[in-house]
Amino acid sequence: MHSIGEAMGVHAQHIDALWHAMLWVCGIMYVLVLGFLGLAILRRGRRRDEREVVHAQDERGLSMTLVAWTGLIVAGLFGLTLFSYFTDRALVQAASQPQINLKITGYQWWWQVEYVDPDPSRSVKTANEIHLPVGAQVSATLASQDVIHSFWVPNLHGKQDLIPGRDNDIRLQPTQAGTYLGICAEFCGLQHSKMHLDVIVESQEAYNAWYERQLQSAPPPTEPLAQRGQQVFMSSACNMCHAISGTDASASVGPDLSHVASRRSLAAGALPNDADSLFAWISNPQAIKPGSRMPIVPLSEHDLEALTAYLRTLQ
Amino acid sequence: MSASSEGIHDGEWLSEGETRARLDRTWDQGRGLYAFFATVDHKRVAKRYFVTAFVFFFLAGILALLMRLQLARPDNGLIGPDMYNQIFTMHGSTMMFLFAVPIMEGLAVYFVPLMCGTRAIAFPRLNSFSYWVYLFGGLMLWVAFALNIGPDAGWFAYTPLSGPGYSPGKRVDFWAQMITFTELSGLAVAIEIIATIFKQRAPGMALNRMPLFLWSMLVMSFMILFAMPSVMLASTMLIMDRLVGTHFFNAAEGGDALLWQHLFWFFGHPEVYIIFIPALGIVSSVVSTFTRRPIFGYPVMVLALIAIGFLGFGLWVHHMFATGLPRLGSSFYTAASMVIAIPSGIQIYCWIATMWQGKPRFATPLLFVVGFIVIFVLGGLTGVMLASVPMDLQLHDTYFVIAHFHYVLVGGAVFPLVAGAYYWYPKVTGRLMNERLGRWNFWTFFIGFNLAFFPMHYLGLAGMPRRVYTYSDGLGWNGLNLLAFAGVLLIGISVLLLIINLVRSRKHGALAGANPWNAPSLEWATSSPPPTYNFRHIPLVTSDNPLWEHREQLPVMRGLSVDKRELVLTTVLDAKPDIREPVAKPSIWPFISAIAVGVMFIASIFTPWAVVFGAIPPAIAITIWFWPKGDPGPADEDPEP
Repeated sequence: MHSIGEAMGVHAQHIDALWHAMLWVCGIMYVLVLGFLGLAILRRGRRRDEREVVHAQDERGLSMTLVAWTGLIVAGLFGLTLFSYFTDRALVQAASQPQINLKITGYQWWWQVEYVDPDPSRSVKTANEIHLPVGAQVSATLASQDVIHSFWVPNLHGKQDLIPGRDNDIRLQPTQAGTYLGICAEFCGLQHSKMHLDVIVESQEAYNAWYERQLQSAPPPTEPLAQRGQQVFMSSACNMCHAISGTDASASVGPDLSHVASRRSLAAGALPNDADSLFAWISNPQAIKPGSRMPIVPLSEHDLEALTAYLRTLQ
Repeated sequence: MSASSEGIHDGEWLSEGETRARLDRTWDQGRGLYAFFATVDHKRVAKRYFVTAFVFFFLAGILALLMRLQLARPDNGLIGPDMYNQIFTMHGSTMMFLFAVPIMEGLAVYFVPLMCGTRAIAFPRLNSFSYWVYLFGGLMLWVAFALNIGPDAGWFAYTPLSGPGYSPGKRVDFWAQMITFTELSGLAVAIEIIATIFKQRAPGMALNRMPLFLWSMLVMSFMILFAMPSVMLASTMLIMDRLVGTHFFNAAEGGDALLWQHLFWFFGHPEVYIIFIPALGIVSSVVSTFTRRPIFGYPVMVLALIAIGFLGFGLWVHHMFATGLPRLGSSFYTAASMVIAIPSGIQIYCWIATMWQGKPRFATPLLFVVGFIVIFVLGGLTGVMLASVPMDLQLHDTYFVIAHFHYVLVGGAVFPLVAGAYYWYPKVTGRLMNERLGRWNFWTFFIGFNLAFFPMHYLGLAGMPRRVYTYSDGLGWNGLNLLAFAGVLLIGISVLLLIINLVRSRKHGALAGANPWNAPSLEWATSSPPPTYNFRHIPLVTSDNPLWEHREQLPVMRGLSVDKRELVLTTVLDAKPDIREPVAKPSIWPFISAIAVGVMFIASIFTPWAVVFGAIPPAIAITIWFWPKGDPGPADEDPEP
């Protein structure tokens, strides 16, 4: 469940504890104010004369209460500020020895995800999806290629902006397996609403298997329809923007499609990843994400089917 | 100097009828079309502010209704992303720049001179000019929107999204230039208000006798002076990036995208307090009048207002916690943002304490004030949560924030404004508004508001981000979004009731008389509506609540000319009579100058040369406006107390 309250990462758990403290302290203060207001309304004195003025009376009681009230506010704020500082510290200290280094780059309107390894041949590039093993300490560098975006997976951590010309970073440490939704939290233009990514937290073994698959190119298509699809991909506009490892397509304008069929969703979370959705997306991306940078490429029905068949082989 | 050489002065030798006749003649603003554009009567100008700002409020409210309609169901195709982005940008920009600040300015323009007990606002022609500039800026923005070239980068217009690379066309330019218009107008009003409060208070109204409403308007005006230049600078830099190829915000050429956010929020956070602080003044007036008790803890209240004014400038970074600024610096802003809860909490206490010891009568204005306390305090508490860096990292840019600032701004400013509308309507029109409708107005608003906005706290916690034109099914957000739509509908009904009440009461309301609520401050010491010169005789203030001390007859000061427009200036601290000051006559030139300035601003959206050649007509118009017209008469003599 996509929610701040269901904390599945160390960072989110720290913040969740702070949230509960806040809720209690602020809740009590609110009840006090409402109680005072309610009593003041209930005890209202009757006026004999409409024009009678209540002159300053003995204010000592109320003044003392004001001092006490102010003291209470100060104490509450002081406590919450301290708690906030300690939580902030805990956030910085968590995941301080990352085993996985990511570079996440925001584009209008999708995410590029790179697993950075000291050995370049073991680096992996994908899009709109992050796989992580349970318990891993993760560091992600955040960059933007165009406008400001914000990376937010509420189940794991708060958000951090991706700003052109600056590199930010965020640490993650998931504690429980599951699939979490990440979204862009900073307004970034027309399709800000449809800029999601999937975070899949799985066992170390599953993660390793996934990672090894990402390092390999998908096998060349064997079926005639898929083979035709590959030709379409290489000869029409597709390869101007997209890369597929093991082929000549190596552009980096749009998402890397080397293993597109293995991903959970399409078009940055706009569609589930199945053959029908893929077909619909390729035939008219503007109908699904109006304003998307992916143009409508005029192709015949048969070519579209072939292309879909080919892309579905990229496991 | 003798009366003959100076004209006749107010004094024992004149009958009341004669005084009135002469003042009527002297201060006549004229009739007809020319007079309509030339008037410098602060009350007429302020009424235009009220009507214009209310129209913008209504329009922006309709946009809100459209947004909630679009979001009432998941995957709704009613409004596409392009239109939706324009709508939410227009909603925010209109509410902040064309409604909230101008209506507070209008309130100040109408009531500050009356509460000060003076005959006119300081710099009345500038006042006329500032209204026209505001009107033209608002019209330009809405005409652009009607032509489907409304801005679509958000009311905050973050670079580089709003820059030339990602917002081609003229949409953002209209937005940026609207800022220039309204801020120019706002700065002018701020200067008028400060000058009026400092120099034109009735004799005897020392600073420590000023009603809290005047204090709040004073603090607001100073905040405008310091905050608005920042956003004018920023919007001008943005226009230059877009129009002449500078690179202030372009990281690729050595600019900085974050610079925009600093400049914008250095204005944007105080802006919230610019809207909120006058509302505190309204609340203080209403609470005191309807509980028939002077506000508890007056000195503490004044200090709290000033403290909020100062602290308001130290919080802007809490809008930027997710941008990756240094942790230690961010912590400072956490502390500063928390601290502002102290003066706010003290004020809330003082109002309730006033009710506690007073004898409250729950007429519509006081009902809205109670609504204000219930809603605003909740918004303040969620503000405390958002001040914390770790909390904000989760809650920033979610529906939780939308809930928070609507609780603070609708609860903290719109509720007091409606209270003020019911409270001061009789002063402005001479008739009372309908109480029964008022109660319906209150309960529909209060319930509708909470239905619409309380669920948004939960939506934010459930991970719903702001500024999305649609969302998918299955995220658990459907029901609450539908509920929010129902709540907004109820608010819409409430606003219609308010409009009906405002319009109907103008003809059919009960006659109010000078002081229908038995209120203590000076605006109630004159007829409703007040004559153009406000007071036949300038009141003399001898206590904190003049109309409660002197129920039958207020002591007055005599000696001002009744044949020339004149008012008395007093000293800043003690309000001792100082000098006479001539008051400007009506003039068409502020209006013409505003047109000339407007043409220059709008043309500069299309060509930078407009700044060069377009500056000539305003220069000419303003020169004629200020051209000395004969001898204003000696103005340095002490009037007789």
